[in-house]
Amino acid sequence: MAAEGEVNLRKRRFLIGASAVWGGIGSIAIAAPFATSLWPSERAKAAGAPVDVDISKLEPGQQITVQWRGKPVWVINRTPAMVATLPKLDNRVSDPKSEIDQQPKYCQNEDRSRKPEIFVAIGICTHLGCSPTYRPQVAPPDLGSDWLGGFFCPCHQSKFDLAGRVFRGVPAPKNLEVPPYMFLSDTQLRIGEDNENKL
Amino acid sequence: MQRFLTWIDERFPMTKLWEEQWGKYVAPKNFNFWYYFGSLAAFVLVLQIVTGIFLAMTYKPDATKAFESIEYMMRDVSGGWFIRYMHSTGASAFFIVVYLHMFRGMMYGSYRKPRELLWIIGCVIYFALMAEAFFGYLLPWGQMSYWGAQVIVNLFSTVPWIGPDLGTWIRGDYTISDVTLDRFFALHVAAVPLILLLLVAVHLMALHEVGSNNPDGIEIKKQPKDPKTGIYLDGIYSHPYYTIKDLVGVVFFLGVFFIVVFFMPDVGGYFLESNNFIPADPLKTPEHIAPVWYFTPYYAILRAVPSKMLPYIQPTQFYGVLAMAASVLVFCFLPWLDKGPVKSIRYRGGLYKAWLAVFVFCFLLLGYLGTVPVTVWGQFGHWAEGLLDTMDRATWVARLLTIVYFLFFVLMPWYTARDKTKPVPERVR
Repeated sequence: MAAEGEVNLRKRRFLIGASAVWGGIGSIAIAAPFATSLWPSERAKAAGAPVDVDISKLEPGQQITVQWRGKPVWVINRTPAMVATLPKLDNRVSDPKSEIDQQPKYCQNEDRSRKPEIFVAIGICTHLGCSPTYRPQVAPPDLGSDWLGGFFCPCHQSKFDLAGRVFRGVPAPKNLEVPPYMFLSDTQLRIGEDNENKL
Repeated sequence: MQRFLTWIDERFPMTKLWEEQWGKYVAPKNFNFWYYFGSLAAFVLVLQIVTGIFLAMTYKPDATKAFESIEYMMRDVSGGWFIRYMHSTGASAFFIVVYLHMFRGMMYGSYRKPRELLWIIGCVIYFALMAEAFFGYLLPWGQMSYWGAQVIVNLFSTVPWIGPDLGTWIRGDYTISDVTLDRFFALHVAAVPLILLLLVAVHLMALHEVGSNNPDGIEIKKQPKDPKTGIYLDGIYSHPYYTIKDLVGVVFFLGVFFIVVFFMPDVGGYFLESNNFIPADPLKTPEHIAPVWYFTPYYAILRAVPSKMLPYIQPTQFYGVLAMAASVLVFCFLPWLDKGPVKSIRYRGGLYKAWLAVFVFCFLLLGYLGTVPVTVWGQFGHWAEGLLDTMDRATWVARLLTIVYFLFFVLMPWYTARDKTKPVPERVR
């Protein structure tokens, strides 16, 4: 014990420091479960699991929509003619080479897909979140004579081509998002999972 | 750093608040073990609010979903079991801490003038806490939740004339139902916590106005000031002395608290009752209903009072309800019942100490009796038939204990005045 009036500053600083460190560790240990509890629970993770789609009956030009993680995902059987329109639109779309990160690496190509005849995309407009309409028909009256097929969003009139690439001069800023997906076989698609990175 | 503090202080009384409320708040220097429980109670309140918020993120206040949402929290939410057990253990811990805090007040005369209002505010906090626990207990929607709520709300139905309507009005329905669950949820999560926070603030303001009492019951404000420090001879600044002391208290508390949370959160069925792991069934009452342990002394009193007391009046449980209410409210009158010349038990005589010990014994034994069925000690023999209104031995013991419980208060003006007290010193020990 120090004499009356004398204070051992080194001892005091050490004790305060050591208690603060130990207390800090304890506080993190208590706080950590609260923070982790906010991550998706097991049930949420299970509900967000990949979705398997049977495309054996998908006709050329046909679109089906499935739900994955609460979002609409389109699967479209593109005809060779549809795929052929894509290079023609390179100078009319904002991001022809899909440089902005809206798709997995294996879809960073002209037709934004693993196989050109099957197009998979999340059906949500990159403007404010409405779901665009599928407009495969060439030159309909309301879209003009130079419309070669694509998607038209009714909310603010954004336009996307048949690879989901956004046209220049529309409100939407980015190409439609392509989710991770893989082919389990020629007729079975799995959306939400790919061999490259397990989700 | 100093410039930043000055900038704030010019616009908001931050340093002033800190110094007046804690930093330079002068408290008696002889605080002992019994003085941990005030700061611990505030700590547990914060704990309950934080864990409660996270529980409310997952809990679904719907009779068809509530029970399942808690099982979901326990199993599927990361760390969910930990948050749930902290909240359930915290509820019981809150009452342990509060009972010890109140007992300190009784021992050292902390309710005496000029602290009568402080004591009454504390009693109101106690009532609010009981309400909060009661509302919260319905939320898991287990068997005990449902039937416990049914019984307690039915107590309100015993009030003459308005009773049945009062019960329906509280429930929002003809029986405990989803409607009741929704309103108890709103009260438990929003209304009563806000009231509690407000009351705690008022409690602390009242305390700081009169200054803290101490184990010797000596008023340090009546002392001269020490010329060297400028504060009362037996006073010290709360910071850093009581900051450190209370921190130690919190650490020890957390040690015990987490032993319970990790190794025995149900504490043998006292903190988490086994019947509550069965979803509520309005058609089937469990064999044995009991409130959670912190209500059991009053529950024992309720059960002990006979229902047929006055001639020509129908049997009613209302007498028991009145006795139960009185047993809780009577604490408010302590400041005026205590006519002793000294505050602290340290300077009181044998009479007071004996009565206080008897009161504690009654409280604890009544508490035990409240957890078990009235048949726990068997029945009297044939000689009692026709003589006594009930044959259960435990009920008669509870009746005796109830009478003694009230006598502690009712006779207090007499025995505190008669008591042979010791002289109170000028300085604390």
